[in-house]
Amino acid sequence: MKLRKTHTLIAVAAAAALTFGAAGCGSSGPGDTSSGSPASMWGLTGGDQPILQNSVDAWNKKHPDQKINVNFFANDAYKTKVRTAVGAGKGPSFIYGWGGGVLKSYVDSDQVMDLTDFLKKNPQVKKRYIPSVLKNGQSNGTTYALPNNKIQPVMLFYNKELFKKIGAEPPTTWDDLMALVPKFKKAGIAPLALGGQSKWPDLMWLEYLADRIGGPQVFKDIKDNKPGAWSDPAIIESLTKIQKLVKAGGFAEGFSSVAADSNADQALLYTGKAAMILQGNWIYQSMKTDAPKFLKAGKLGYTTFPSVSGGKGNAKNIVGNPSNFWSISSKASTEQKQTAKDYLKSALFDKSYVKDVIKSGAVPPVTGIEKQIAASDDSKFLMTAYSMAKNAPNFQLSWDQALSPKQGQKMLTQLDQIFLRKVTPKQFARAMNETIKK
Amino acid sequence: MSEILSRSRRAGRAGKVGRAGPSAWLAAPALAFFLGFAVLPMLGVVLLSFTNWDGLGAITWGGLTNWTHVLTSSVTATSLWVTAKIMFFSYIVQTPISILLGVFTAGRQKYRTVLAVLYFVPLLLSSAAVAIAFKALLDPNFGVGPALGLPVLAQDWLGDPNLVLFVVVFVIAWQFVPFHTLIYQGGVRQIPASLYEAAEIDGAGRVQQFLHITLPQLKYTIITSSTLMVVGSLAYFDLIFVLTGGGPGISTRLLPLDMYLTGFQSNEMGAASVLGVILVVIGLALALMLQRLGGKDRNVSQLEGA
Repeated sequence: MKLRKTHTLIAVAAAAALTFGAAGCGSSGPGDTSSGSPASMWGLTGGDQPILQNSVDAWNKKHPDQKINVNFFANDAYKTKVRTAVGAGKGPSFIYGWGGGVLKSYVDSDQVMDLTDFLKKNPQVKKRYIPSVLKNGQSNGTTYALPNNKIQPVMLFYNKELFKKIGAEPPTTWDDLMALVPKFKKAGIAPLALGGQSKWPDLMWLEYLADRIGGPQVFKDIKDNKPGAWSDPAIIESLTKIQKLVKAGGFAEGFSSVAADSNADQALLYTGKAAMILQGNWIYQSMKTDAPKFLKAGKLGYTTFPSVSGGKGNAKNIVGNPSNFWSISSKASTEQKQTAKDYLKSALFDKSYVKDVIKSGAVPPVTGIEKQIAASDDSKFLMTAYSMAKNAPNFQLSWDQALSPKQGQKMLTQLDQIFLRKVTPKQFARAMNETIKK
Repeated sequence: MSEILSRSRRAGRAGKVGRAGPSAWLAAPALAFFLGFAVLPMLGVVLLSFTNWDGLGAITWGGLTNWTHVLTSSVTATSLWVTAKIMFFSYIVQTPISILLGVFTAGRQKYRTVLAVLYFVPLLLSSAAVAIAFKALLDPNFGVGPALGLPVLAQDWLGDPNLVLFVVVFVIAWQFVPFHTLIYQGGVRQIPASLYEAAEIDGAGRVQQFLHITLPQLKYTIITSSTLMVVGSLAYFDLIFVLTGGGPGISTRLLPLDMYLTGFQSNEMGAASVLGVILVVIGLALALMLQRLGGKDRNVSQLEGA
């Protein structure tokens, strides 16, 4: 009997401790903001991971009293995780982001540090970036984030071998593209690869078409929440063109089963199953590891998105991600903030960082690196991407990042149904206009 | 249950003799957990459903706007319908297979034990691993179809809105049939052999024995397994999230997934809470209904005279 009572007491105590102690747990987790703990950094897995790891390792060696802990997460999982962590006050000291709508929501809820003073004190930091890229780290004209990796314009990639096979040239106009579709189909080759299951590759088509047809103003109206902005004729025409392309069989059969996150879409291109793909220039970086022979043989072609006859947009405009960014959490401790600022000042884009980015097959968003690019193995491709970004009158951030997450998610789901031809362009516009009301 | 309770109460009243049953304090830890981790958060969700919150900024009072918005949204209607379809199809696919496999693996023969062990392998894998594996296998260009040169298998499995639901049902069945087989195996093994011996003497064949002894004796096992299956299908999330992400379009966006995507991708915590409340209500209603189906005499022995 006595034994049982003791057991009960222990169990009750344990339960109480677990129940009421839960709130206090996690104080030693990655998002620790108590003083004395090192600054934390969350990055993404993939092509940039070794670059970041190298940079942090070198930093920690040089600054044993200002250590940085770095952790890596997969893209989609990270986006959910970081927001929840930041909302709970447990975010990392370095917040990795895309700028745009998400950055704005951090700014609005006072989660990230204003970097104005930091940039004023360290003018060399500001000077190192391409201005049009740096602009994407601003919200209402104030800088809250600094670029941390590479310029990511979306380009039209093609398989040179397949074009030679059917004796065709890469498309420069939309009509060219439509004319290529039946030619490739006849040869038993899918004209275009598309990672439809991931949804965001669909968006690249709408972004470019809307820009070529109506110019940058079309999306600016949408972003500024102008009532009815989604019914703009340029949007309707773009969606109609997309559905025509789908109907003509432009995209590889089963494209909505293809996941871009596992690189299954670009694999279609280098395995010779599809002739073209519209994707971010980061696929070059991953092809360097996945299909080095294909690249070495010079079979990969790349060009800008075709122009649309009668369109208002400049054919030099590009869409994509100007870069990714570091913000500093305003909830970090004073020491962590200092570490973060010192790192951004002296370690980010130092010589070896820039070298690592270029070596990985990507272009850092910094000025004065033409020589280094020219000397690299991938100079031809990197130069194209670099000058595309530098000469673009408008570099539009991916819409799903530029808009609020609520609008962005609805847009991707609706657009998925456009590609499946389950909704009409008008229905799409109506559904999206609903998100603007407030 | 009530019978046992009243009996023990009577025994307690009768004097110090007899078993008084365990102290009610033993329920305290469980109760504390239940209050702390189930009831309190649930109340929080109900409160949150009347507010607007993006997960970061201030929480503002929204009144009934979330409720009217969610209840009139066509996405909610679709996700309810998708949930119902997945529930129905998984049930009618899994139950017969599980019963038959359960009966089969209940046999004591060696080869059956070996097969039983093999059947349980999918149970050891995490849902995310299962989903990733199937996603790779079902890829129309690099999956199992093209690899084996079988065009029949190279369908647009996860991209065709008319096909994807059945693919999902299949993968769910692949993962969960072993679990229900295990339940039925246990159920069948509890049936006294004397019943079968008597039936054999009376000249009943295998099929007759199955229909008139095994199935009726499995009544409560069926109810248990059905409850788990039906209520469990309200909680299918990880598998479908990884496999299709609710797509293509919203063809496999079932209620729990809708709740997650609304809350953690669109960052509308208020609307997601409404969906959460709906989910709890439906789940409870279904569980109660299934318990009722079992009848009120659940504690009456089926083995009398056996």
